[in-house]
Amino acid sequence: MSSSVAHEVSLGRRIANQGATAFAVLAAVLVLIPLLAIFVYLLIKGIGSVNLAFLTQTPKPPGETGGGMANGIIGTGLILAIASVIGLPLGIGSGIYLAEYGRHRFGDLIRFTADVLNGVPSIVIGIAVYSLVVVPQKHFSAFSGGVALGIMMIPTIARATEEMLLMVPNIIREAALGLGIPRWRTTLSISLRTASAGVITGCMLAFARVAGETAPLLFTAFGNQFWNLKLNQPTAALSLQVYSYAISPYDDWHRQAWAGALILIVLIVAAVAAVRISTSRGMLKGGT
Amino acid sequence: MGVGIEVRGLNAWYGKNQALNSIDMTVAANRVTAVIGPSGCGKSTYVRCLNRMHETIPEAHAEGSVKVGEMDVYGAGSDPVEVRRRIGMVFQKPNPFPTMSIYGNVAAGLKLNGFRNRKQTDELVERSLKLAALWEEVKNDLHKKSGASLSGGQQQRLCIARALAVEPDVLLMDEPASALDPISTSKIEELIFQLKQHYTVVIVTHNMQQAARVAEFTGFFLMGSLIEYDKTEKIFTTPADKRTEDYITGRFG
Repeated sequence: MSSSVAHEVSLGRRIANQGATAFAVLAAVLVLIPLLAIFVYLLIKGIGSVNLAFLTQTPKPPGETGGGMANGIIGTGLILAIASVIGLPLGIGSGIYLAEYGRHRFGDLIRFTADVLNGVPSIVIGIAVYSLVVVPQKHFSAFSGGVALGIMMIPTIARATEEMLLMVPNIIREAALGLGIPRWRTTLSISLRTASAGVITGCMLAFARVAGETAPLLFTAFGNQFWNLKLNQPTAALSLQVYSYAISPYDDWHRQAWAGALILIVLIVAAVAAVRISTSRGMLKGGT
Repeated sequence: MGVGIEVRGLNAWYGKNQALNSIDMTVAANRVTAVIGPSGCGKSTYVRCLNRMHETIPEAHAEGSVKVGEMDVYGAGSDPVEVRRRIGMVFQKPNPFPTMSIYGNVAAGLKLNGFRNRKQTDELVERSLKLAALWEEVKNDLHKKSGASLSGGQQQRLCIARALAVEPDVLLMDEPASALDPISTSKIEELIFQLKQHYTVVIVTHNMQQAARVAEFTGFFLMGSLIEYDKTEKIFTTPADKRTEDYITGRFG
Protein backbone atom coordinates (compact mmCIF):
# COMPACT_ATOMS: atom_id res chain seq x y z
CA MET A 1 0.00 0.00 0.00
CA SER A 2 2.53 2.53 1.14
CA SER A 3 4.87 1.89 -1.81
CA SER A 4 2.09 2.24 -4.40
CA VAL A 5 0.94 5.52 -2.88
CA ALA A 6 4.36 6.98 -3.60
CA HIS A 7 3.88 6.30 -7.32
CA GLU A 8 0.32 7.49 -7.52
CA VAL A 9 -0.23 10.90 -9.04
CA SER A 10 -1.88 13.25 -6.58
CA LEU A 11 -5.51 14.25 -7.10
CA GLY A 12 -4.64 17.93 -7.58
CA ARG A 13 -2.20 17.05 -10.30
CA ARG A 14 -4.68 14.88 -12.12
CA ILE A 15 -7.28 17.62 -12.02
CA ALA A 16 -4.76 20.15 -13.30
CA ASN A 17 -3.74 17.78 -16.08
CA GLN A 18 -7.29 17.08 -17.20
CA GLY A 19 -8.21 20.74 -16.88
CA ALA A 20 -5.33 21.79 -19.12
CA THR A 21 -6.15 19.12 -21.69
CA ALA A 22 -9.80 20.13 -21.71
CA PHE A 23 -8.81 23.76 -22.19
CA ALA A 24 -6.59 22.89 -25.17
CA VAL A 25 -9.39 20.87 -26.80
CA LEU A 26 -11.87 23.67 -26.15
CA ALA A 27 -9.53 26.24 -27.70
CA ALA A 28 -9.06 24.08 -30.78
CA VAL A 29 -12.82 23.62 -31.17
CA LEU A 30 -13.46 27.34 -30.71
CA VAL A 31 -10.98 28.09 -33.49
CA LEU A 32 -12.74 25.66 -35.81
CA ILE A 33 -16.25 26.97 -35.10
CA PRO A 34 -16.07 30.23 -37.11
CA LEU A 35 -14.53 28.44 -40.08
CA LEU A 36 -17.15 25.70 -40.06
CA ALA A 37 -19.95 28.18 -39.42
CA ILE A 38 -18.94 30.30 -42.41
CA PHE A 39 -18.64 27.27 -44.63
CA VAL A 40 -21.97 25.73 -43.56
CA TYR A 41 -23.78 29.05 -43.85
CA LEU A 42 -22.35 29.63 -47.33
CA LEU A 43 -23.36 26.14 -48.31
CA ILE A 44 -26.95 26.63 -47.10
CA LYS A 45 -27.34 30.04 -48.70
CA GLY A 46 -25.38 29.44 -51.86
CA ILE A 47 -25.73 25.85 -52.99
CA GLY A 48 -29.28 26.42 -54.31
CA SER A 49 -28.04 28.91 -56.89
CA VAL A 50 -25.05 26.90 -58.08
CA ASN A 51 -25.97 25.22 -61.32
CA LEU A 52 -24.51 24.71 -64.77
CA ALA A 53 -25.70 28.13 -65.95
CA PHE A 54 -24.04 29.81 -62.98
CA LEU A 55 -20.74 28.20 -63.83
CA THR A 56 -20.90 28.71 -67.61
CA GLN A 57 -22.80 31.94 -68.30
CA THR A 58 -22.08 35.63 -67.90
CA PRO A 59 -24.34 37.86 -65.77
CA LYS A 60 -27.77 38.75 -67.12
CA PRO A 61 -28.81 42.43 -67.31
CA PRO A 62 -30.52 43.80 -64.17
CA GLY A 63 -34.08 42.59 -63.82
CA GLU A 64 -33.60 39.34 -65.73
CA THR A 65 -33.12 36.20 -63.67
CA GLY A 66 -30.51 33.48 -64.39
CA GLY A 67 -27.07 33.99 -65.78
CA GLY A 68 -23.88 33.23 -63.91
CA MET A 69 -20.41 34.23 -62.92
CA ALA A 70 -18.33 32.24 -65.40
CA ASN A 71 -16.48 35.38 -66.45
CA GLY A 72 -15.77 36.17 -62.78
CA ILE A 73 -14.38 32.68 -62.14
CA ILE A 74 -12.08 32.92 -65.16
CA GLY A 75 -11.22 36.55 -64.33
CA THR A 76 -10.22 35.64 -60.77
CA GLY A 77 -8.07 32.83 -62.15
CA LEU A 78 -6.43 35.21 -64.62
CA ILE A 79 -5.74 37.90 -62.01
CA LEU A 80 -4.38 35.34 -59.55
CA ALA A 81 -2.13 33.88 -62.23
CA ILE A 82 -0.67 37.33 -62.89
CA ALA A 83 -0.35 37.97 -59.14
CA SER A 84 1.49 34.66 -58.69
CA VAL A 85 3.85 35.36 -61.58
CA ILE A 86 4.79 38.61 -59.83
CA GLY A 87 4.50 37.63 -56.17
CA LEU A 88 6.10 34.16 -56.09
CA PRO A 89 9.50 34.93 -57.65
CA LEU A 90 9.86 38.33 -55.98
CA GLY A 91 8.71 37.02 -52.61
CA ILE A 92 10.82 33.86 -52.66
CA GLY A 93 13.78 35.79 -54.09
CA SER A 94 13.74 38.44 -51.40
CA GLY A 95 13.24 35.76 -48.75
CA ILE A 96 16.37 34.01 -50.01
CA TYR A 97 18.27 37.28 -49.94
CA LEU A 98 17.15 38.02 -46.38
CA ALA A 99 18.05 34.57 -45.07
CA GLU A 100 21.29 33.86 -46.92
CA TYR A 101 22.81 37.30 -47.51
CA GLY A 102 20.80 39.82 -45.52
CA ARG A 103 22.32 39.51 -42.06
CA HIS A 104 23.13 43.22 -41.82
CA ARG A 105 21.63 46.74 -41.72
CA PHE A 106 20.34 46.71 -45.30
CA GLY A 107 18.67 43.36 -44.63
CA ASP A 108 17.03 44.80 -41.52
CA LEU A 109 15.71 47.68 -43.61
CA ILE A 110 14.15 45.27 -46.13
CA ARG A 111 12.72 43.15 -43.31
CA PHE A 112 11.15 46.25 -41.75
CA THR A 113 9.78 47.40 -45.11
CA ALA A 114 8.23 43.98 -45.72
CA ASP A 115 6.55 44.03 -42.32
CA VAL A 116 5.15 47.50 -42.94
CA LEU A 117 3.94 46.50 -46.41
CA ASN A 118 2.19 43.55 -44.81
CA GLY A 119 0.26 45.97 -42.63
CA VAL A 120 -0.74 48.42 -45.38
CA PRO A 121 -4.52 48.28 -45.90
CA SER A 122 -5.34 46.51 -49.13
CA ILE A 123 -7.39 49.45 -50.43
CA VAL A 124 -4.30 51.65 -50.17
CA ILE A 125 -2.39 49.20 -52.33
CA GLY A 126 -5.29 49.35 -54.80
CA ILE A 127 -5.10 53.16 -54.96
CA ALA A 128 -1.30 53.07 -55.35
CA VAL A 129 -1.52 50.62 -58.24
CA TYR A 130 -4.33 52.73 -59.73
CA SER A 131 -2.06 55.76 -59.94
CA LEU A 132 1.05 53.80 -60.95
CA VAL A 133 -0.42 51.41 -63.52
CA VAL A 134 -4.02 52.23 -64.37
CA VAL A 135 -3.58 56.01 -64.88
CA PRO A 136 -0.55 55.72 -67.23
CA GLN A 137 -2.26 52.89 -69.16
CA LYS A 138 -5.46 54.92 -69.28
CA HIS A 139 -7.74 51.97 -68.50
CA PHE A 140 -8.59 49.41 -65.85
CA SER A 141 -7.10 46.00 -66.53
CA ALA A 142 -6.62 42.44 -65.35
CA PHE A 143 -2.91 43.23 -65.37
CA SER A 144 -3.20 46.06 -62.84
CA GLY A 145 -5.37 43.85 -60.60
CA GLY A 146 -2.69 41.16 -60.76
CA VAL A 147 -0.02 43.73 -59.87
CA ALA A 148 -1.98 44.87 -56.82
CA LEU A 149 -2.50 41.32 -55.53
CA GLY A 150 1.07 40.34 -56.45
CA ILE A 151 2.44 43.19 -54.34
CA MET A 152 0.30 42.01 -51.45
CA MET A 153 1.72 38.49 -51.74
CA ILE A 154 5.38 39.56 -51.60
CA PRO A 155 5.88 40.37 -47.89
CA THR A 156 4.12 37.25 -46.63
CA ILE A 157 6.08 34.98 -48.95
CA ALA A 158 9.38 36.78 -48.29
CA ARG A 159 9.13 36.49 -44.53
CA ALA A 160 7.93 32.87 -44.65
CA THR A 161 10.75 31.92 -47.02
CA GLU A 162 13.29 33.65 -44.79
CA GLU A 163 12.04 31.91 -41.63
CA MET A 164 12.03 28.51 -43.31
CA LEU A 165 15.53 28.93 -44.76
CA LEU A 166 16.87 29.97 -41.36
CA MET A 167 15.55 26.69 -39.98
CA VAL A 168 17.74 24.69 -42.38
CA PRO A 169 20.70 23.57 -40.23
CA ASN A 170 23.98 25.14 -41.22
CA ILE A 171 25.65 21.72 -41.40
CA ILE A 172 23.50 20.99 -44.46
CA ARG A 173 24.89 24.08 -46.23
CA GLU A 174 28.41 23.13 -45.15
CA ALA A 175 27.96 19.66 -46.58
CA ALA A 176 27.10 21.15 -49.95
CA LEU A 177 29.86 23.77 -49.92
CA GLY A 178 32.32 21.05 -48.88
CA LEU A 179 31.44 19.11 -52.03
CA GLY A 180 32.56 22.04 -54.16
CA ILE A 181 29.02 23.11 -54.97
CA PRO A 182 28.93 26.88 -55.60
CA ARG A 183 27.10 29.08 -53.12
CA TRP A 184 24.18 29.98 -55.42
CA ARG A 185 23.62 26.31 -56.28
CA THR A 186 23.76 25.38 -52.62
CA THR A 187 21.11 27.98 -51.85
CA LEU A 188 18.75 26.93 -54.64
CA SER A 189 19.22 23.18 -54.78
CA ILE A 190 20.01 22.36 -51.16
CA SER A 191 18.75 25.04 -48.74
CA LEU A 192 15.60 26.00 -50.62
CA ARG A 193 14.81 22.39 -51.40
CA THR A 194 15.24 21.38 -47.77
CA ALA A 195 12.94 24.24 -46.73
CA SER A 196 10.47 23.68 -49.57
CA ALA A 197 7.56 22.31 -47.51
CA GLY A 198 7.48 25.44 -45.35
CA VAL A 199 8.07 27.80 -48.27
CA ILE A 200 5.14 26.23 -50.14
CA THR A 201 2.93 26.68 -47.08
CA GLY A 202 3.90 30.36 -46.96
CA CYS A 203 3.11 30.76 -50.65
CA MET A 204 -0.27 29.08 -50.26
CA LEU A 205 -1.13 31.32 -47.30
CA ALA A 206 -0.29 34.40 -49.32
CA PHE A 207 -2.22 33.07 -52.31
CA ALA A 208 -5.31 32.20 -50.29
CA ARG A 209 -5.22 35.56 -48.58
CA VAL A 210 -5.20 37.63 -51.77
CA ALA A 211 -7.55 35.31 -53.69
CA GLY A 212 -10.56 36.73 -51.90
CA GLU A 213 -9.42 40.36 -51.84
CA THR A 214 -11.94 42.85 -53.16
CA ALA A 215 -10.71 46.32 -52.22
CA PRO A 216 -7.48 46.35 -54.26
CA LEU A 217 -9.41 45.26 -57.35
CA LEU A 218 -11.99 48.07 -57.19
CA PHE A 219 -9.69 50.56 -58.94
CA THR A 220 -7.61 48.09 -60.89
CA ALA A 221 -9.40 45.09 -62.42
CA PHE A 222 -12.63 47.08 -61.98
CA GLY A 223 -14.99 44.27 -62.91
CA ASN A 224 -16.80 43.46 -66.13
CA GLN A 225 -20.26 42.12 -66.99
CA PHE A 226 -18.93 40.40 -70.09
CA TRP A 227 -16.25 37.96 -71.12
CA ASN A 228 -12.77 39.36 -71.23
CA LEU A 229 -9.52 37.47 -71.60
CA LYS A 230 -7.37 40.44 -72.61
CA LEU A 231 -4.90 41.44 -69.94
CA ASN A 232 -5.23 45.15 -70.71
CA GLN A 233 -9.02 45.34 -70.37
CA PRO A 234 -11.32 45.61 -67.34
CA THR A 235 -11.91 42.13 -66.00
CA ALA A 236 -14.51 40.49 -63.81
CA ALA A 237 -13.46 38.88 -60.55
CA LEU A 238 -15.55 36.69 -58.24
CA SER A 239 -14.90 38.90 -55.23
CA LEU A 240 -15.95 42.06 -57.11
CA GLN A 241 -19.02 40.35 -58.49
CA VAL A 242 -20.04 39.12 -55.04
CA TYR A 243 -19.60 42.63 -53.70
CA SER A 244 -21.68 44.37 -56.35
CA TYR A 245 -24.38 41.70 -56.31
CA ALA A 246 -24.60 41.71 -52.53
CA ILE A 247 -25.24 45.47 -52.39
CA SER A 248 -27.73 45.37 -55.28
CA PRO A 249 -31.50 45.63 -54.69
CA TYR A 250 -32.39 42.34 -56.44
CA ASP A 251 -33.15 39.12 -54.55
CA ASP A 252 -31.88 36.97 -57.40
CA TRP A 253 -28.54 38.81 -57.32
CA HIS A 254 -28.33 38.30 -53.56
CA ARG A 255 -28.70 34.57 -54.06
CA GLN A 256 -26.06 34.66 -56.78
CA ALA A 257 -23.72 36.59 -54.45
CA TRP A 258 -23.95 33.72 -51.94
CA ALA A 259 -23.26 31.22 -54.69
CA GLY A 260 -20.28 33.29 -55.88
CA ALA A 261 -18.84 33.42 -52.36
CA LEU A 262 -19.28 29.65 -52.04
CA ILE A 263 -17.53 29.02 -55.36
CA LEU A 264 -14.70 31.36 -54.36
CA ILE A 265 -14.07 29.47 -51.10
CA VAL A 266 -14.30 26.09 -52.82
CA LEU A 267 -11.83 27.16 -55.51
CA ILE A 268 -9.33 28.47 -52.95
CA VAL A 269 -9.55 25.29 -50.89
CA ALA A 270 -9.24 23.19 -54.05
CA ALA A 271 -6.17 25.13 -55.23
CA VAL A 272 -4.43 24.81 -51.87
CA ALA A 273 -5.29 21.11 -51.63
CA ALA A 274 -4.07 20.48 -55.17
CA VAL A 275 -0.71 22.10 -54.46
CA ARG A 276 -0.40 20.17 -51.19
CA ILE A 277 -1.13 16.83 -52.81
CA SER A 278 1.10 17.39 -55.83
CA THR A 279 4.05 18.53 -53.72
CA SER A 280 3.77 15.78 -51.13
CA ARG A 281 3.86 13.15 -53.85
CA GLY A 282 7.34 11.83 -54.53
CA MET A 283 8.45 12.50 -50.96
CA LEU A 284 10.76 9.80 -49.67
CA LYS A 285 10.37 7.48 -46.75
CA GLY A 286 11.95 8.95 -43.67
CA GLY A 287 12.42 12.33 -45.30
CA THR A 288 11.38 15.50 -43.57
CA MET B 1 45.62 8.29 -55.94
CA GLY B 2 46.18 10.60 -53.00
CA VAL B 3 48.58 13.52 -53.05
CA GLY B 4 50.70 15.11 -50.36
CA ILE B 5 49.92 18.37 -48.56
CA GLU B 6 52.45 21.11 -47.79
CA VAL B 7 51.38 23.69 -45.24
CA ARG B 8 53.67 26.68 -44.62
CA GLY B 9 53.05 29.62 -42.31
CA LEU B 10 49.30 29.13 -42.06
CA ASN B 11 47.48 31.67 -39.87
CA ALA B 12 43.75 31.85 -39.31
CA TRP B 13 41.44 34.34 -37.62
CA TYR B 14 37.86 34.64 -36.45
CA GLY B 15 37.36 38.38 -36.66
CA LYS B 16 40.29 39.71 -34.64
CA ASN B 17 40.88 36.48 -32.70
CA GLN B 18 43.79 34.52 -34.06
CA ALA B 19 42.95 30.82 -34.02
CA LEU B 20 46.03 29.39 -35.75
CA ASN B 21 49.60 30.59 -35.40
CA SER B 22 51.95 29.97 -38.28
CA ILE B 23 51.39 26.26 -38.84
CA ASP B 24 53.93 24.26 -40.85
CA MET B 25 53.07 20.66 -41.68
CA THR B 26 53.88 18.18 -44.41
CA VAL B 27 51.24 15.49 -44.87
CA ALA B 28 52.34 12.35 -46.68
CA ALA B 29 50.36 11.05 -49.63
CA ASN B 30 48.23 7.93 -49.09
CA ARG B 31 48.72 8.02 -45.37
CA VAL B 32 46.37 8.75 -42.51
CA THR B 33 47.40 11.77 -40.48
CA ALA B 34 45.65 12.51 -37.20
CA VAL B 35 45.27 15.92 -35.63
CA ILE B 36 44.76 15.79 -31.87
CA GLY B 37 44.51 18.31 -29.07
CA PRO B 38 42.15 19.64 -26.40
CA SER B 39 38.87 21.42 -27.26
CA GLY B 40 39.42 24.87 -28.76
CA CYS B 41 43.03 24.18 -29.76
CA GLY B 42 42.36 24.96 -33.42
CA LYS B 43 42.40 21.44 -34.84
CA SER B 44 39.03 21.79 -36.59
CA THR B 45 39.95 25.28 -37.80
CA TYR B 46 43.15 23.80 -39.19
CA VAL B 47 41.51 21.17 -41.41
CA ARG B 48 38.83 23.65 -42.46
CA CYS B 49 41.63 25.89 -43.72
CA LEU B 50 42.97 23.10 -45.91
CA ASN B 51 39.89 23.18 -48.18
CA ARG B 52 38.98 26.83 -47.57
CA MET B 53 35.82 25.98 -45.61
CA HIS B 54 37.11 28.25 -42.85
CA GLU B 55 36.34 31.38 -44.83
CA THR B 56 32.66 30.45 -45.25
CA ILE B 57 32.15 31.59 -41.65
CA PRO B 58 31.37 35.33 -41.51
CA GLU B 59 34.44 37.42 -40.65
CA ALA B 60 36.79 34.43 -40.66
CA HIS B 61 39.88 34.46 -42.84
CA ALA B 62 43.16 32.63 -43.29
CA GLU B 63 46.59 33.43 -44.73
CA GLY B 64 49.61 31.35 -45.60
CA SER B 65 50.58 28.71 -48.08
CA VAL B 66 48.81 25.38 -48.54
CA LYS B 67 49.79 23.17 -51.47
CA VAL B 68 47.75 20.04 -52.15
CA GLY B 69 49.67 18.13 -54.79
CA GLU B 70 50.16 20.69 -57.54
CA MET B 71 47.29 22.87 -56.38
CA ASP B 72 48.09 26.12 -54.59
CA VAL B 73 45.05 26.41 -52.31
CA TYR B 74 45.60 30.05 -51.32
CA GLY B 75 47.37 31.10 -54.53
CA ALA B 76 46.23 34.10 -56.54
CA GLY B 77 43.33 33.11 -58.76
CA SER B 78 42.62 29.94 -56.81
CA ASP B 79 38.88 29.25 -56.72
CA PRO B 80 37.61 28.02 -53.33
CA VAL B 81 34.81 26.08 -55.04
CA GLU B 82 37.35 24.19 -57.17
CA VAL B 83 39.54 23.59 -54.09
CA ARG B 84 36.62 22.04 -52.19
CA ARG B 85 35.78 19.83 -55.13
CA ARG B 86 39.27 18.31 -54.99
CA ILE B 87 39.47 18.05 -51.21
CA GLY B 88 36.57 16.11 -49.74
CA MET B 89 35.28 16.74 -46.25
CA VAL B 90 33.36 14.68 -43.70
CA PHE B 91 31.88 16.53 -40.75
CA GLN B 92 31.39 15.76 -37.09
CA LYS B 93 27.64 15.28 -37.24
CA PRO B 94 26.30 13.17 -40.12
CA ASN B 95 24.64 15.67 -42.46
CA PRO B 96 22.91 13.91 -45.36
CA PHE B 97 20.65 16.10 -47.50
CA PRO B 98 17.25 15.35 -45.91
CA THR B 99 15.13 15.73 -49.04
CA MET B 100 17.25 13.45 -51.18
CA SER B 101 17.28 9.69 -51.60
CA ILE B 102 20.37 7.65 -50.76
CA TYR B 103 21.32 7.72 -54.43
CA GLY B 104 20.57 11.44 -54.65
CA ASN B 105 22.85 12.16 -51.71
CA VAL B 106 25.81 10.34 -53.20
CA ALA B 107 25.20 11.81 -56.65
CA ALA B 108 24.58 15.36 -55.34
CA GLY B 109 28.15 16.58 -55.76
CA LEU B 110 28.20 15.34 -59.35
CA LYS B 111 24.73 16.47 -60.39
CA LEU B 112 24.89 19.92 -58.82
CA ASN B 113 28.23 20.51 -60.50
CA GLY B 114 26.65 19.87 -63.87
CA PHE B 115 27.71 16.24 -64.40
CA ARG B 116 24.96 14.75 -66.59
CA ASN B 117 26.14 11.28 -67.67
CA ARG B 118 23.59 8.90 -66.10
CA LYS B 119 25.55 5.71 -66.62
CA GLN B 120 28.79 7.09 -65.21
CA THR B 121 26.90 8.60 -62.29
CA ASP B 122 25.38 5.19 -61.53
CA GLU B 123 28.84 3.65 -61.58
CA LEU B 124 30.36 6.35 -59.38
CA VAL B 125 27.50 6.04 -56.87
CA GLU B 126 27.95 2.28 -56.64
CA ARG B 127 31.74 2.55 -56.40
CA SER B 128 31.56 5.24 -53.71
CA LEU B 129 29.01 3.32 -51.64
CA LYS B 130 31.19 0.21 -51.89
CA LEU B 131 34.27 2.18 -50.84
CA ALA B 132 32.30 3.54 -47.90
CA ALA B 133 31.23 -0.03 -46.98
CA LEU B 134 27.57 0.87 -47.22
CA TRP B 135 26.59 -0.71 -50.54
CA GLU B 136 25.39 -4.06 -49.20
CA GLU B 137 23.13 -2.37 -46.63
CA VAL B 138 21.42 0.06 -48.99
CA LYS B 139 21.60 -1.33 -52.52
CA ASN B 140 17.91 -2.24 -52.57
CA ASP B 141 16.70 1.12 -51.25
CA LEU B 142 18.85 3.49 -53.28
CA HIS B 143 15.98 5.47 -54.74
CA LYS B 144 13.27 4.56 -52.25
CA LYS B 145 14.68 5.76 -48.97
CA SER B 146 15.75 9.17 -47.81
CA GLY B 147 19.33 9.58 -46.65
CA ALA B 148 17.92 10.82 -43.37
CA SER B 149 16.13 7.50 -42.75
CA LEU B 150 19.40 5.62 -42.17
CA SER B 151 20.96 5.08 -38.74
CA GLY B 152 23.57 7.56 -37.51
CA GLY B 153 26.50 5.30 -38.41
CA GLN B 154 25.05 4.56 -41.84
CA GLN B 155 24.42 8.28 -42.39
CA GLN B 156 28.07 9.01 -41.68
CA ARG B 157 29.20 6.35 -44.14
CA LEU B 158 26.72 7.85 -46.62
CA CYS B 159 28.41 11.22 -46.11
CA ILE B 160 31.78 9.59 -46.73
CA ALA B 161 30.43 8.03 -49.95
CA ARG B 162 29.05 11.42 -50.95
CA ALA B 163 32.46 13.02 -50.45
CA LEU B 164 34.20 10.22 -52.39
CA ALA B 165 31.81 10.41 -55.36
CA VAL B 166 33.33 13.67 -56.61
CA GLU B 167 36.70 11.85 -56.72
CA PRO B 168 38.80 14.07 -54.46
CA ASP B 169 42.56 13.65 -53.93
CA VAL B 170 42.38 14.25 -50.21
CA LEU B 171 39.75 13.42 -47.60
CA LEU B 172 39.45 15.62 -44.51
CA MET B 173 37.51 14.17 -41.58
CA ASP B 174 36.52 16.41 -38.71
CA GLU B 175 35.84 14.10 -35.76
CA PRO B 176 33.86 11.75 -38.02
CA ALA B 177 33.02 9.23 -35.30
CA SER B 178 32.46 11.43 -32.27
CA ALA B 179 28.66 11.32 -32.64
CA LEU B 180 28.55 7.56 -33.20
CA ASP B 181 28.26 4.44 -31.06
CA PRO B 182 31.28 2.12 -30.60
CA ILE B 183 30.25 -0.35 -33.31
CA SER B 184 29.69 2.37 -35.89
CA THR B 185 32.95 3.97 -34.78
CA SER B 186 34.93 0.81 -35.39
CA LYS B 187 33.31 0.49 -38.82
CA ILE B 188 34.38 4.02 -39.69
CA GLU B 189 37.91 3.33 -38.42
CA GLU B 190 38.15 0.17 -40.49
CA LEU B 191 36.97 2.18 -43.44
CA ILE B 192 39.60 4.89 -42.91
CA PHE B 193 42.20 2.16 -42.97
CA GLN B 194 40.93 0.98 -46.37
CA LEU B 195 40.58 4.46 -47.80
CA LYS B 196 44.24 5.37 -47.57
CA GLN B 197 44.98 3.09 -50.53
CA HIS B 198 43.21 5.65 -52.68
CA TYR B 199 43.29 8.88 -50.72
CA THR B 200 45.34 10.98 -48.39
CA VAL B 201 43.34 11.21 -45.16
CA VAL B 202 43.58 13.90 -42.49
CA ILE B 203 41.44 13.13 -39.46
CA VAL B 204 40.68 15.37 -36.49
CA THR B 205 39.93 13.48 -33.33
CA HIS B 206 39.93 14.07 -29.62
CA ASN B 207 39.96 10.38 -29.01
CA MET B 208 43.65 9.52 -28.64
CA GLN B 209 43.10 5.78 -28.92
CA GLN B 210 41.45 6.43 -32.25
CA ALA B 211 44.46 8.41 -33.45
CA ALA B 212 46.74 5.60 -32.32
CA ARG B 213 44.60 3.00 -34.11
CA VAL B 214 44.15 4.64 -37.51
CA ALA B 215 46.94 7.15 -38.11
CA GLU B 216 50.57 6.74 -39.19
CA PHE B 217 51.32 10.37 -38.35
CA THR B 218 49.94 12.54 -35.58
CA GLY B 219 50.11 16.26 -34.94
CA PHE B 220 49.40 17.71 -31.50
CA PHE B 221 47.79 21.16 -31.43
CA LEU B 222 47.59 23.44 -28.41
CA MET B 223 46.18 26.97 -28.34
CA GLY B 224 46.43 27.43 -32.08
CA SER B 225 49.97 26.13 -32.48
CA LEU B 226 51.29 22.83 -33.76
CA ILE B 227 53.35 21.67 -30.79
CA GLU B 228 54.63 18.40 -32.13
CA TYR B 229 54.23 16.43 -35.31
CA ASP B 230 55.74 13.01 -35.84
CA LYS B 231 55.06 9.34 -36.40
CA THR B 232 52.07 8.33 -34.29
CA GLU B 233 54.12 5.73 -32.45
CA LYS B 234 56.71 8.33 -31.49
CA ILE B 235 54.05 10.81 -30.30
CA PHE B 236 52.40 8.24 -28.07
CA THR B 237 55.55 6.57 -26.69
CA THR B 238 58.38 9.09 -26.57
CA PRO B 239 57.02 12.57 -27.26
CA ALA B 240 59.68 15.25 -27.55
CA ASP B 241 57.66 18.02 -25.95
CA LYS B 242 56.60 18.09 -22.33
CA ARG B 243 53.15 19.49 -23.24
CA THR B 244 52.49 16.59 -25.60
CA GLU B 245 53.40 14.14 -22.91
CA ASP B 246 51.13 15.89 -20.40
CA TYR B 247 48.24 15.75 -22.84
CA ILE B 248 48.59 12.12 -23.91
CA THR B 249 49.04 10.96 -20.36
CA GLY B 250 45.81 12.72 -19.46
CA ARG B 251 47.23 15.47 -17.26
CA PHE B 252 45.00 18.04 -18.99
CA GLY B 253 42.50 18.37 -21.82
